[in-house]
Amino acid sequence: MSTGLELKDVSISFGGLKAVTDLNFSIFPGELLGLIGPNGAGKTTVFNLITGVYTPTSGRISFNGDSVSSRKPEGITRMGIARTFQNIRLFSSLSVLDNVRAAMVMHLKHGILHSLTRGPAFLKEEGSVEDEAMALLDIFGLKDACHANAKSLNYGDQRRLEIVRALATRPKLLLLDEPAAGMNPSEKDDLMKLIRFIKERYNLAVLLVEHDMKVVMGICERIAVLEYGRKIAEGTPKEIQSHPKVIEAYLGAAAVVD
Amino acid sequence: MKRYTTQIVLLVVVLLSLGISVLSGKFDAYYMDIALNVGINIILAVSLNLVNGHTGQFSLGHAAFMAVGAYGASIFTLEMSARLMPLLGGPGSFATGVAFLLALLVGGLCAAVCGWLVGMPSLRLRGDYLAIVTLGFNEIVRVILQNTSGDGVFGGPLGLKGIPPLTTFFWVFAIAAICVYVVGSMVSSTYGRGFPAVRDDEIAAGSMGINTVRYKVTAFVVGSFFAGLSGGLYAHLRTTISPEGFNFLKSFDVVVIVILGGMGSTAGVIIAAIVLTVLNEFLRDFEQYRMLVFSILLIVMMIVRPQGLLPSFPILNRKKSA
Repeated sequence: MSTGLELKDVSISFGGLKAVTDLNFSIFPGELLGLIGPNGAGKTTVFNLITGVYTPTSGRISFNGDSVSSRKPEGITRMGIARTFQNIRLFSSLSVLDNVRAAMVMHLKHGILHSLTRGPAFLKEEGSVEDEAMALLDIFGLKDACHANAKSLNYGDQRRLEIVRALATRPKLLLLDEPAAGMNPSEKDDLMKLIRFIKERYNLAVLLVEHDMKVVMGICERIAVLEYGRKIAEGTPKEIQSHPKVIEAYLGAAAVVD
Repeated sequence: MKRYTTQIVLLVVVLLSLGISVLSGKFDAYYMDIALNVGINIILAVSLNLVNGHTGQFSLGHAAFMAVGAYGASIFTLEMSARLMPLLGGPGSFATGVAFLLALLVGGLCAAVCGWLVGMPSLRLRGDYLAIVTLGFNEIVRVILQNTSGDGVFGGPLGLKGIPPLTTFFWVFAIAAICVYVVGSMVSSTYGRGFPAVRDDEIAAGSMGINTVRYKVTAFVVGSFFAGLSGGLYAHLRTTISPEGFNFLKSFDVVVIVILGGMGSTAGVIIAAIVLTVLNEFLRDFEQYRMLVFSILLIVMMIVRPQGLLPSFPILNRKKSA
């Protein structure tokens, strides 16, 4: 069964604060959904709910029919949901290649004892892991830097490596948390091309949480808008741009009159 | 041939230590004793480095696991080995060797079980809980041993005496080589990339599908196992052990070796183990200032070279693909 990610009446409150209220939306396989909203609207909270950092107070989050909530982050990744981080969280003491290898651990057939016996099957798998990692790095233009330390990369490359690392977990759904943050316009253009490319190539569903309207409007097929923890609109970029509630949320009530 | 390089190196070191062991009568007993101390400290430091260096947890109770291993192995030898002798084909050097190996393994496994019991609850949490728990565990082990009955198997505050001196150069350095091999292979494999991933960023590691708790517990249990082995070797070298020998200062000594050698650098830690053990011997005349010297050394290192003697790199160098 492949129904993608589904949020049904999801709410979470921190003490008396209702951060997200009765949120409903779905991401279908192979779809690129944007999640936008003014500061403090609850975008990151939604992200943390899906990735298992928070557990919803009520409601249900499911991925291809299986419940996501109550699983640990690593369990959710094993379901096929990978993420990147808003503030880059690479494994800073490891090389570029090893960052990718570390993300492939969960697919290994061989465990710790095989690493001691170092039999032919183990060495073969080590080789194939390295080949797969190198192939991924090659696609994203990071192959030449594969032995460099991850933190020695420039900002744009670090963001790209985060995406490569997430892809190495072989996800079906990729969650991108503000990938354009801190990028200049030409880097943003490259990022848009990159997101489109990985979506097509790996047939991924993508959830993009982003502040930058140009990026969101440029690549998303569907957009959901949050304000004060509630969904106020959902539709194509065109519909969203002319939606009165969205304009009100971003520009204030007076703007709608004109 | 090339794919077995690491195993061949391991075998060569083991055979070499057997050779030196056979010739040990020809060397000065004092220097042999220092060499054996060096070997035991290498096992302790390399195994602690798996926990503190590679996996980024902070254990302050390595001596406790050494104590568990030392008592486990000694009690096995004192109580069981006479009974085992006939089963192993009568008294003889082969039977003694097998019985000693069994004793060491019993000690190691006792320590590993303790490591699991201590690690399971405390490693589920993120942060520095392990440091506090292991510090407490170290004291608990020492106090329990001290309060056992003097005529019981644990020997009370005076400890155990009359342990047969079975530890030879071969046993110490063969086990040190195995320890280096195990830690090195574990950490450098793809599976083992999870250890530094957990150290660098536990949240990101979890999000990459890495079971962070299992990695931390694995590192801790393997580290405890080798600490237990080194305890068994130590007991059968000194022939007497007492609870005081495994106090917090002993744990601290090992932590100092790991920090000076470089967290996560096996080669650096081995060098530090050699340097500090030998230094210890030279400082024997200034016994009361020993901790002073170590502390100053530690402070100077922190300022001058915080990454340790050698930067961390896997001891088993992987092929560099172009």
